[in-house]
Parts: sequence; C-alpha cells; structure tokens
Amino acid sequence: MLKDITLGQYFPGTSPLHRMDPRAKLLILIFYIVAIFVCNGLIPYAICAAGLAAVIALSRISPKLILKSLKPVVFIVIFTGVLNVLYTPGQELWRWWIFKITLEGIYTALTMIVRILLLVASTSLLTYTTSPMALTDGLERLLGPLKKLHVPVHEFAMMMSIALRFIPTLIEETEKIMSAQKARGADFDSGNIFRRAKALVPVLVPLFVSAFRRADELACAMECRLYHGGVGRTRLHTLRYGRVDLWGGLLSVAVCAAAIALSRLL
Amino acid sequence: MMLLETKDLSFRYQEEGEPALERVTLAIEDGSFTAVLGHNGSGKSTLAKHFNAILLPSGGTVYVGGIDTKEEDRLFDVRKTAGMVFQNPDNQIVATVVEEDVAFACENMGLPPEEIRRRVDESLAAVGMTEYARHAPHLLSGGQKQRVAIAGVLAMRPKAIVMDEPTAMLDPSGRAEVIEAVMRLNRETGMTVVLITHHMEEAALADRVVVMRQGKVALDGAPPQVFSQVEQLEALSLTAPQTVLLLRELNRAGARLSLEALSVEDCAEEILTYLGADSHGT
Repeated sequence: MLKDITLGQYFPGTSPLHRMDPRAKLLILIFYIVAIFVCNGLIPYAICAAGLAAVIALSRISPKLILKSLKPVVFIVIFTGVLNVLYTPGQELWRWWIFKITLEGIYTALTMIVRILLLVASTSLLTYTTSPMALTDGLERLLGPLKKLHVPVHEFAMMMSIALRFIPTLIEETEKIMSAQKARGADFDSGNIFRRAKALVPVLVPLFVSAFRRADELACAMECRLYHGGVGRTRLHTLRYGRVDLWGGLLSVAVCAAAIALSRLL
Repeated sequence: MMLLETKDLSFRYQEEGEPALERVTLAIEDGSFTAVLGHNGSGKSTLAKHFNAILLPSGGTVYVGGIDTKEEDRLFDVRKTAGMVFQNPDNQIVATVVEEDVAFACENMGLPPEEIRRRVDESLAAVGMTEYARHAPHLLSGGQKQRVAIAGVLAMRPKAIVMDEPTAMLDPSGRAEVIEAVMRLNRETGMTVVLITHHMEEAALADRVVVMRQGKVALDGAPPQVFSQVEQLEALSLTAPQTVLLLRELNRAGARLSLEALSVEDCAEEILTYLGADSHGT
C-alpha cells in the first residue's frame, strides 16, 4: 500500500526530456504552472492538457505512473470540487436546505480540478524524468544569486536531495515495521479514522527513532567523504544548456503563451 | 612503512565511564590486509573510528600516513589517506544514482569534472559495478550497495580502507561479493585494508588478525597462529574455525597434527600427510 507513493521518484531514461537541463525543465514548469493558473476556458485548458500529454509521450514514462501520482490528491480534488460547487454564488440550478448548486459553481469546480490535476501531473513528470541530484543542482544554480543575501541555498538543496534519496528507504522501513506490528496483532485497517491514526503511533515512533539514527550515520559517512558544505564543491555532471533545452523551451513557451492569449481573447 | 599507527591509544565515550580502548599500540603496514576481530563492546569499532578522525583519542596518539589525527587543519588529509566504509550500506549512500554517489567525495574535493569522471569509472570497475553506474542504489542488493560504498571511498584514492563490519547486514552471497572485492583490491592494487568483523571465516583470509577484548589487544598474529590458539580463543568466547576444531579433536584422540590449517584443503592435506607418514612408519 505504501508502495503507491511515487512522488519524488526518478525513472532513469534517455528521452529528450531526460536529457534536458534541469534548470530549463524547472523554468518551463514554473511557466507552465503560471499558465495553468492564468488560463480560463475550455480551449486553453485543452491546449495545456494536450501539451502535457505530448510531453508525457515524449518522456516515454508510462501514463499509468502519471495517473498513479494523481492518486494522493484525489481527496483534495473532490474536497475543493464539492466546496466550489456548493459555495459559489451565481445562477441557481438546484437548492436544498442551505446547499445550492450554481452554474458558476460547477464551472469553477471543474477549473480547479483541472488545475490541480495538471499541476500535480506536470510536477510529477519533472521528478520522474530528472534525477533528484540534477534537480537540486538545477535549483541550487537557479537560486544561486540568493547566496549573496546569505540564503543557505546549497544547504537547502542538499537537504532536499537527501530527503528524496531516503524516501524509498524509509518507505521500505515503514512497511517492515508495519508487518512486525501486524505480526503482533496490530490492526491498521479497521475502526474509524481516530482508531486508525492511533494504531499508527507504534509505527511512527520506531520510524522516527530509526530516521534519526540514519541521519546521524549519514552525516558521519558524508564527513568521511570530505563533505564540508558547498564551498569549493565541483560536480561530476556540470550543467550546460543544449539544443534540446532551446527547442523544448521555445515550444513550451509557445504552447503556454498561446493558451494564455486564447483565454484572454475568448 | 607503517601507514596506520596507534601509540598508547585510550578512549572513553564518557568522562567517568569505562574506557572503550585502553593503551592500544598497533602498527599497520602499508599494503597489508588486517582483520580486527572481537565481540560487541570489545572496542573494535571504536578503534576503526580513530583511523578516520571520527573519534579523537582521549589519551595517546593516532598517526594516519604520518599525520597526527589531532591536527585539525589536516583532517581532510587524514580522511583522504584512510577511507571509511560503514556497516549499513543504506546510510552511507548520499545520491540517487550510483555514479553520482561514487562521485560525491571527488566533488567535495573540488576536482574538475573530467578527473571525477575518470575516478568514478576506475572505482566502479575496481569493485565490478561498472554496469550499474546509472542505476538507483535502493534497487541494488545489499552486497552491491556495499560495493558502491567501497567505490565511493576508492574515488578519493586513499592509501587505506578501514571497514567497520561491512558485511554484518548482508546475506552470505552479499558477504562473499564484498570480501572478494576487498581481497582483489588488496592483492591487485596493494590497498591497505583494515577489516573489522566478527566473522572468523573473513578474518581467516587476512594477512594478520588482531583480536580485541575489553578495549585491549588480546591476540595478534597471522591467522594460522591466532586461530590455532583454541583455548585462548575460547577464553575470549570466540570459536576457532571448524578445521582447527577437527584437528584438535583428532589430537585429543592421540594424533599429532599441526593446528594451523584454516581452509578445508589445508586441513585435508594435513590429515593425509599424517596418515601417509603413519602408514609408512608402521
């Protein structure tokens, strides 16, 4: 069950998307997210979705994986959807007690749902096609100017990459602990939400203890391999913008710009 | 030349507590393969951590490649000379791609990318993990992960590798993989290896075995000499290899065999020679 969490997982590959510079991908993603939130109307969203679908096809990442990444947000999607449907003022279609459904409500709800789904799918695609090291590298370089303002950019980048590195390890560990507790008669699957949350305490305590121990050992191992912060550090893979980045960037900007322009005109 | 040296090394984790190490004087020769054996709490891991300046002596001195580990500004030189491999492979792999993890130390050293590339390829080849360069470490087996960890240390081009129970969390096949890789390094590149272990069979492969007990060196010598001292080993609650035990049983029954046979072949040879000599004699 925990294996379903795929956020922050990298699938190595050789597609143009994999070969792109992480900085370019990040910038494109930021632009794409802005476009998603600025857009309005059916056609612009169709363009955004089609653009994403084309990029997914290009990445050769199985669409199933992308759908899987949407699973954790299903609840949020339904929640915001229902709230938007019920509480947007406008032309009334149906009313019962204090609830009313409006045309505007349905419209806003659909827009919000599409926005959230596109947002999560595009972000997952970035983490699927970019190794966390490359991603942090890209972030570190993009945010580099902030170092002058004494923002610990390298430290944040390092922490993020280590967090990503340990997600699968900790998932595996959680499963082990849960099996161990199940073997002793723990019950995680029945009862109301409070009972279930309570049942997780004996899982979380050992998990945290072990995470701290791991952190301690990792820090020691990093020091032994001469880690001393970001000063004077070089990289195996230095980042260089290439032709893929130029074309990818231009195409994405064109698609997003077209979607925004259409939603302004219509 | 003595690459790693301790002189009267004492160490306490707590000011008042029991000493974890007490006046340990050891010299480890360049290019040698030394195994350090001992029970939990014998101080063997504490000793290993001194070779890398993770711990600093409470008393006495530790020299790594001639450098006193207490010299703070030469800390990186100490760590570059003696690389350290830990027990849990998961907790020493930093990156999410094998080759990026191997590159970690070089990156910290500030080497140019071409040089890092060369060292990464060389280190992965040395442990036989070249074909896994682009893999995600968490999908590898325990033995493979530990070999990646070794490669990550090799990339610093150290003179010695100190391994703190590198096989303790591995299954038998993973253990064999790691030990084989380590032995090849020692034989082919002359890498000095200090292997902390509680497996007799692993220690038997070394040039020299140091047995620790309560923070002191209890036995020290070539494996055949150390392992044939069955009584002393039993006093340290360690069991001698089965071959030695077999030969000793035969001796008890009246045979006169040398106990210095650690492999099954040597043991068989010893018994055969004895039988042969006996039948000729009568």
